[in-house]
Amino acid sequence: MTTTEIVDMITVIIDGFEVSVPKGTLVIRAAEQLGIQIPRFCDHPLLDPVGACRQCLVDIEINGRAFPKPQASCTIPVEPGMIVKTQLTSVVADKAQKGVMELLLINHPLDCPVCDKGGECPLQNQAMSTGRSQTRFEGVKRTFEKPINISSQVLLDRERCVLCARCTRFSAQIASDPFITLNERGALQQVGIYEKAPFKSYFSGNAVQICPVGALTGASYRFRARPFDLVSTPSACEHCASGCDMRTDVRRGKTLRRLAGDDASVNEEWNCDKGRWAFKYVTAVDRLTHPLVRNDAGDLVEASWPEALAAAAKGLKAASAAVLVGGRATHEDAYGYSKFARIALSTNDIDFRSRISSDEERDFLAARVVGSSTTYRDIDRADQVLLVGFEPEEESPIVFLRLNKQFRKRALKVTTISSKLSIGVEKLNGEFVKVAPGQEAASVSAQALTAQSIILVGERASESAGVLTAVAALSDSTGAKIAWIPRRAGERGALEAGAIGNLLPGGRPVADSAARVDIATLWGASSLPSTIGRSSDEIYAAVNSGAIGALLVGGVDPLDGANGESALAALEKAFVVCLEIAPSEVTSRADVVLPVAAVTEKSGSFLNWEGRARKFDAAVHDSLNRSDLRILSMIAEEMGTSLNLSTVTSAAKEIASIGAWDGARVQMQQYSSTQSPALNGDRFILTSWRRLLDLGTLQKGEENLAGTARQTVAVISPSRALSMGVSDGDLLKISTVQGSVTLAALVEDIHDDAIWAPRNSRGSQLLVNLGAAHGAVVTVVKI
Amino acid sequence: MTKLAPVLSAHWDEKDSFTIEAYTRHGGYKASQKALAMDPDAVIQLVKDSGLRGRGGAGFPTGMKWGFIPQGDNKDHYLVVNADESEPGTCKDMPLLMANPHVLVEGCIIACHAIRAKHAFIYIRGEVTHVVRRLNQAIEDAYKAGHLGNGVDLVLHVGAGAYICGEETALLDSLEGFRGQPRLRPPFPAIAGLYARPTVVNNVESISAVPAIINNGPEWYQSMGTEKSKGTTLYSLSGHVNNPGQFEAPLGITLREILELSGGIRTGHTLKFWTPGGSSTPIFTQDHLDTPLDYEGVSAAGSMLGTKALQIFDETTCVVRAVLRWTEFYKHESCGKCTPCREGTWWLVQILRDLEAGKGTEADLAKLLDLCDNILGRSFCALGDGATSPITSSIKYFRDEYISHITHGGCPFDPVASTLFVGAGA
Amino acid sequence: MAYSQEDLAIMDSIIKRYPRSRSAIMPLLHFVQSRVGFVNGDGIELIAKLLTLEAAEVSAVATFYTQYKRKPVGEYHVGVCTNTLCAVMGGDAIFAGLKEHLGVENDGVTADGKVSLEHIECNAACDYAPVVMANWEFYDNQTVESAKDLVDSMRSGNPKPPTRGPNTLVTWKEASAVLAGINDGKAHEGVQAGEPSLLGLKISKEGK
Repeated sequence: MTTTEIVDMITVIIDGFEVSVPKGTLVIRAAEQLGIQIPRFCDHPLLDPVGACRQCLVDIEINGRAFPKPQASCTIPVEPGMIVKTQLTSVVADKAQKGVMELLLINHPLDCPVCDKGGECPLQNQAMSTGRSQTRFEGVKRTFEKPINISSQVLLDRERCVLCARCTRFSAQIASDPFITLNERGALQQVGIYEKAPFKSYFSGNAVQICPVGALTGASYRFRARPFDLVSTPSACEHCASGCDMRTDVRRGKTLRRLAGDDASVNEEWNCDKGRWAFKYVTAVDRLTHPLVRNDAGDLVEASWPEALAAAAKGLKAASAAVLVGGRATHEDAYGYSKFARIALSTNDIDFRSRISSDEERDFLAARVVGSSTTYRDIDRADQVLLVGFEPEEESPIVFLRLNKQFRKRALKVTTISSKLSIGVEKLNGEFVKVAPGQEAASVSAQALTAQSIILVGERASESAGVLTAVAALSDSTGAKIAWIPRRAGERGALEAGAIGNLLPGGRPVADSAARVDIATLWGASSLPSTIGRSSDEIYAAVNSGAIGALLVGGVDPLDGANGESALAALEKAFVVCLEIAPSEVTSRADVVLPVAAVTEKSGSFLNWEGRARKFDAAVHDSLNRSDLRILSMIAEEMGTSLNLSTVTSAAKEIASIGAWDGARVQMQQYSSTQSPALNGDRFILTSWRRLLDLGTLQKGEENLAGTARQTVAVISPSRALSMGVSDGDLLKISTVQGSVTLAALVEDIHDDAIWAPRNSRGSQLLVNLGAAHGAVVTVVKI
Repeated sequence: MTKLAPVLSAHWDEKDSFTIEAYTRHGGYKASQKALAMDPDAVIQLVKDSGLRGRGGAGFPTGMKWGFIPQGDNKDHYLVVNADESEPGTCKDMPLLMANPHVLVEGCIIACHAIRAKHAFIYIRGEVTHVVRRLNQAIEDAYKAGHLGNGVDLVLHVGAGAYICGEETALLDSLEGFRGQPRLRPPFPAIAGLYARPTVVNNVESISAVPAIINNGPEWYQSMGTEKSKGTTLYSLSGHVNNPGQFEAPLGITLREILELSGGIRTGHTLKFWTPGGSSTPIFTQDHLDTPLDYEGVSAAGSMLGTKALQIFDETTCVVRAVLRWTEFYKHESCGKCTPCREGTWWLVQILRDLEAGKGTEADLAKLLDLCDNILGRSFCALGDGATSPITSSIKYFRDEYISHITHGGCPFDPVASTLFVGAGA
Repeated sequence: MAYSQEDLAIMDSIIKRYPRSRSAIMPLLHFVQSRVGFVNGDGIELIAKLLTLEAAEVSAVATFYTQYKRKPVGEYHVGVCTNTLCAVMGGDAIFAGLKEHLGVENDGVTADGKVSLEHIECNAACDYAPVVMANWEFYDNQTVESAKDLVDSMRSGNPKPPTRGPNTLVTWKEASAVLAGINDGKAHEGVQAGEPSLLGLKISKEGK
């Protein structure tokens, strides 16, 4: 916290003990401060109080005046002079709670032995503390059809439900996805969906997690384990840059589930369904287990580690080499790659941006992002938020939840500069500044912001020339803070680690000799290369032109970039050492493949978009896989040099010792936007983004999760639809010289020049199918 | 002097009483003219001075409720009239609206002026097609005549079958287009009611009483009734009486007096039990014939004035059957929001069914009372409380009758004997 | 079913009654019943679209209120009050009699689609007990025989008029339109009050 906030404290007496809590604190939470646990079901600190279950009744008097009946402690804020008697000191409260518990149980099935929640069930636990030992109910229990799927990944058992409405309130209040509601009335009241609209919320797993009984269960975990068989490890989510605190539950070396952790300053208690339910890739059958080396016959064959390391070292030494590290590396691993490039390969040819990127972006990252710290808290305080090349719900879902929280709480104004209005921005009631793809820069410049405003810039801002220049200028002229929010979990860490051609670790500009000396001293090197390194695209081009002969590649999908064909050609041509967890387009072309540990198998940290370290330990302890860092150290040794980074801990220590850069920052060059192309009848400008749930590599094998992905559609505007005679559901063929995709049309709010399709969804892998993703002219015909 | 005092019902016996012509003929819409010329605060004061209290059951002083609306807050204010009349036994507002809807319309105009509201809603239960027609027509006619639309808009909102919507916060949720479930209070409607704006929610009869108060003055209204329960009100007599019907009288009249005026208990029978104000008010017996039917009198005798729905049951009626049926009603109407009411009514019905069928035990009676203790005052709103009233009060007065079901192995009563058409060959 | 332009205009006018559109859910559901006879999926989806809500939010509301039917009811929907007072005074016998006479159970519809039967809660006409409602019009002071005659008259296509209501009984769909707030011009028909409503006034005038 940068400013001191003055909070009014109120002192109350609970069960004879005094406690002082901030004004507005609910009695139930004031009691928690004293370690007094009042039983509850509907209460949840992040949901609006509802007082529905009545389990938390206590006796209250204020300045000598007693309430005539027990009050729900989850709905009453503390007041001066308040004396509270919980079940511990009030016979009335105790009987009231026992009475409610009895009523909750009369219709609850006795299926705890087969219930997933058994062993970690608030109802079970509180029935033990507050329930009767013998039932008095001799009547007929309410029955419902046993679990019904309310989506492909969530099942609902209405018999177990205690109607606390946490799930429906979460969906309405937190996610703004009111796809599940309470239906019917009275004793027949039940949670449900509209029959034709499943619970397709990106956040549905939170409803499962906060269900205080076994009514909502996840299809992937159902009947798989007992809570007491699981070993839980605090972890950090590797799926995006939101930086969720997580818990990973492992049984016998296998991750069985992941839950949202509790970090009030980041994800509060939520996460997205991808973070929760996409983890099978770690245990996929095709995981690489042994090093592979290409033999003289040209086949990749299993090899011993010494053999493989020797081959790698030899190949990397034999030619000028460059490093490509994907955006999913941990901070420490990225640091390892960064140091390896400079120490072992004597080059600044390193780039973590295995995606569409630009020189303008590289400038922008060095000039505006590295070392900066805009935070979630800043969103909480912002007077308005501008989104540029960024769809929070799709690309950083916890940022979306935070924006939504502030929107619901105080109508935070959100403006998006985009070609298409998204579902997420609609939920935020955001102002939609509609621009043609490629023409975003002018609209950025036209925004009126203040020093209390925040500009959230996505990685796609690099896809239109001039946008980042305009963002920097807007920030300069208004004082608005910039936050750069890439999709991938490792990008911010890689930036800080200097895994990019113009920066050394700690934001030291390569071009700055003092900065080079700084890092060279730290590393015990006589000097560091001083030429600004190439970008990913330039590296591939340099291989194809013969300027580079070897590549060290870790966690890269070459088809994520702007020029997949060039990338694949380069990988065929160069000597490639690849660090990977599973076979890929890179491993199949590599000369040496070295298997590495997945995130759950190693320790480390990610820096989320705030630059905040999200540390984690290995959740699976008996993995034989080594971290990238460890393997890089071994290759370096084999090459006759040393990274001096034997462990993640030593890397973390070294990173911490670098300190902030107080020298001059890289100056942002001015880039201008390109002319809007001329369009005629069947021509559109393509735009796209990746959906949260799509064909991403880390979602492989998660069919239940994939079942809740949004529909693959091509979006065009009403006026274009009219002129083309297209209505919803008609098939549109989108073509470029490279290829085509055919998608069902959806007529929505989008710029007339634009056509939108998901970038990497089933049936719509634009970079592969079309060789384009944003700003390119495409031909569209109705078929 | 007559014990009755028709004010609201004074002209119901004219065939066209529901028309704007009839209403105007009897001085209708003069009160609103008079009130609109007054300072809003003076109107509130006048209603306060009259002693008018809420006729929906709780008896809260109407003028005081209006006075709670924050003034000068630059927010929209709303008036919402509760015409959801659904409490078993209650049948006063529907005949009122059938016979004279304009008095409510005029009351709304006056109340809106007093609380500085531009928009009023009447939330009427949905199961009364013809009353909806009459009220809708009255509103149309009042617009045509310029009484509405010049500063006050009035919208009729038709419910769809949910007793709980008579609870004011559930009514507001329902009116906003949500499931009709009660809201947390605070905030109270006066601060954050409809659309989270300051809102007055009043019963039909309360608002309808206002034009006469404006016309005749607070002293006139004060002159009727008892010390703390002023004015006249509609008492609805039903059940085993020779002549059921509506009786408008000053507050404080007794059941004995009403029975004497109307022709008494069904000939040849005797009073067994009755409700003073609907099924949610603990039942009374013969011992309460002389209880003054005002807020204080009924309360002192252990029940509530409620809606003044006097449901009379004679000695042919099985109290267990009556209570079971009411309990089934509460189970059917429980909104489901809170545990005690939702689950409690589910269980209560099962125990009572067993008891009525002679399958219960004496221990079940104790269980029943203990359950009621776990529901009363533990539920979210008064519906759960109301569900326990018939049970606890009937066991208090008729415990032996419950026991006799157990010993008799079933209901000792002949249900035919209590029908209205017994002996009529039905 | 498809809604006509006129229907859509009416629905729009219903929405415009309210300061906030969501308030129009209930009258719109009544309106759907006036066109379809019950609340079907199409109706829920249309309302959701008109009010920019999720269908789940509309069905959550529709399933809360008992007057919204999930399946077709008869042209004449008959409700017998079986709350305590009416039940005791004959409502139970009337309901049993009608079930037997029509050959349907609670919530059943006769094969010819003319009459459906439901036991209902207190309908605010206790001084006219036992009470039967048809399309939510009052049929006061019923007996088993009068109720049977009533449903027979419905099945023969010439239903008896309500005791306190319009001169002729309107159909279920027509009544639903009234509940949606549409004026059918029949407000002036029928008595202003039944005798019990006037009893106190009469006694008072007699000077008692």
